[in-house]
Amino acid sequence: MKILVVDDEADVQPLFLQRFRKEIREHEFEFDFALSGEDALSYLHDKHSEVVLILSDINMPGMSGLELLSRIRHEYDTPPPMVMMITAYGDEENHRQAMERGANDFLTKPLDFSLLKEKLKTLI
Amino acid sequence: MEIFYFIAAFLLIKRLQKSLKTSFLLYPKWKTMLITASWLVIVIYVVTMIFASNLTSSEDAVKDLVGSALLFGLIYFANKEPDFESQRVYLYANIPLAIVGFVTAIAEFIAPVFASGQENYIALAIIAAFFWIFGRWATTKKQSEELRISAERKAELEVLVQERTLELQKQKDELQDTLQELKTTQAQLIQSEKMASLGELTAGIAHEIQNPLNFVNNFSEVTAELVDEMELELNKGDKEEAIAIASDIKQNLEKIMHHGKRADGIVKGMLQHSRASSNVKEPTDINKLADEYLRLAYHGLRAKDKSFNADLVTHFAEGLPAANMVPQDIGRVLLNLFNNGFYAVKEKQKTAGPDYKPAIEVTTSSKGKSIEIIVKDNGVGIPDEIKEKILQPFFTTKPTGEGTGLGLSLSYDIVVKAHSGKIDVKSKPGEGSEFKINIPV
Repeated sequence: MKILVVDDEADVQPLFLQRFRKEIREHEFEFDFALSGEDALSYLHDKHSEVVLILSDINMPGMSGLELLSRIRHEYDTPPPMVMMITAYGDEENHRQAMERGANDFLTKPLDFSLLKEKLKTLI
Repeated sequence: MEIFYFIAAFLLIKRLQKSLKTSFLLYPKWKTMLITASWLVIVIYVVTMIFASNLTSSEDAVKDLVGSALLFGLIYFANKEPDFESQRVYLYANIPLAIVGFVTAIAEFIAPVFASGQENYIALAIIAAFFWIFGRWATTKKQSEELRISAERKAELEVLVQERTLELQKQKDELQDTLQELKTTQAQLIQSEKMASLGELTAGIAHEIQNPLNFVNNFSEVTAELVDEMELELNKGDKEEAIAIASDIKQNLEKIMHHGKRADGIVKGMLQHSRASSNVKEPTDINKLADEYLRLAYHGLRAKDKSFNADLVTHFAEGLPAANMVPQDIGRVLLNLFNNGFYAVKEKQKTAGPDYKPAIEVTTSSKGKSIEIIVKDNGVGIPDEIKEKILQPFFTTKPTGEGTGLGLSLSYDIVVKAHSGKIDVKSKPGEGSEFKINIPV
């Protein structure tokens, strides 16, 4: 299962790779990364059929995660990828907007990786 | 006619006596003497008259001589005395009469026949000289009266001036007190402006600290797992894998350190920002400072308005010389410019269509002896009619309670006055603004 992680913090990448070390080695998951909403869209433009799940931060300079979510829901509906939103501000407003725009799930930072792992495993 | 000398002498003595009457010191000193002198004049007159009438010749000459001598003597004596200095004019007014008497006496001695022929002229001269005294006396009196009036007026004016001076002094003191009060208030305002901008920053700071902290926590946790795994691999004898894990661990520890320092830097920056300015200039990396405050400003705003989003474009010149500046002060200037920029793009977003992309651009470059920082936004811009006012203290376009109106005026003080730099503003209403700051290296 291919997962695209969208976050403007570059260090998120080694973190995910290490956290999911075992799963990656056993080819349960495969991770790709984008540093911005714009990056993510151009990635999807080429490989949207491969991506099953998108994990996106909301607070990013430029295109926000919520905007990205809307664009994804608008442009890629066959088959629609799963989108989980992540934010540092675990507030109602962001949660409501994320759900309204069609997010499948909503996670707050700091990420609870074991919870995320469980959630991902039920998806496989 | 000889009586005129004696009358003149008598009057002069009386005049001197009168002039001293107002003085408590001089009057007792001279009183007896002057009274005696006046009686003496009468006695001398009588004696002279009797003595002269018994003479066979030069009768008039003797009378004139005694009279003029008496007058001369009196003038000479009074002129020598400093106590009668104020009466000099009266004294000198008597001189013509004394001279007339003396000349007449000489003429009568030398040429009695000629003199007796000129009696009418002599009488006329004596009377003229006598009345000259009164003429002088009258004008002097008038003059002294005028002098007295002007002296009175002067005294009045002086009192007035003194009153006014006191009043002015009082006003000056009051103004000085007010000025002092204003200065204190200004200092308090500057401090509260700092605190207000810190308040705006809190959310940004929280976000900025939260992120590195998350990394520290996550990497620590994952590293602990890695250590377990490495142990496992070592037990299995897979040395290669163990070495790979070890290098990951090392990398993670570096990341932990990096993010720890990042949070540390943010906290330090925040403390620096809130501290009263130390005014100590130090070589500062302007790129780092600008980046730090840009993030703080952005996240601060984001925390308040979660729907807000803007492109942050940075063009940081590499290898910029470290410029000497008070970092927290220049940081405040940048923060202020960023906040203004964000405010401007937010305002524009309210009316612009969905295609509008708010953007803040920060550009640094070296301009030989100075460093240039340009903060550009594509917001509402500044209307021409208020362009002149934006650097004035307390001028703000924000609704009451949202802006102190001190941001740009303080920025101007910091850049221009404290750092000998420059602030230039370019703006097109509806298209955006550009603030250019130059700070000498």
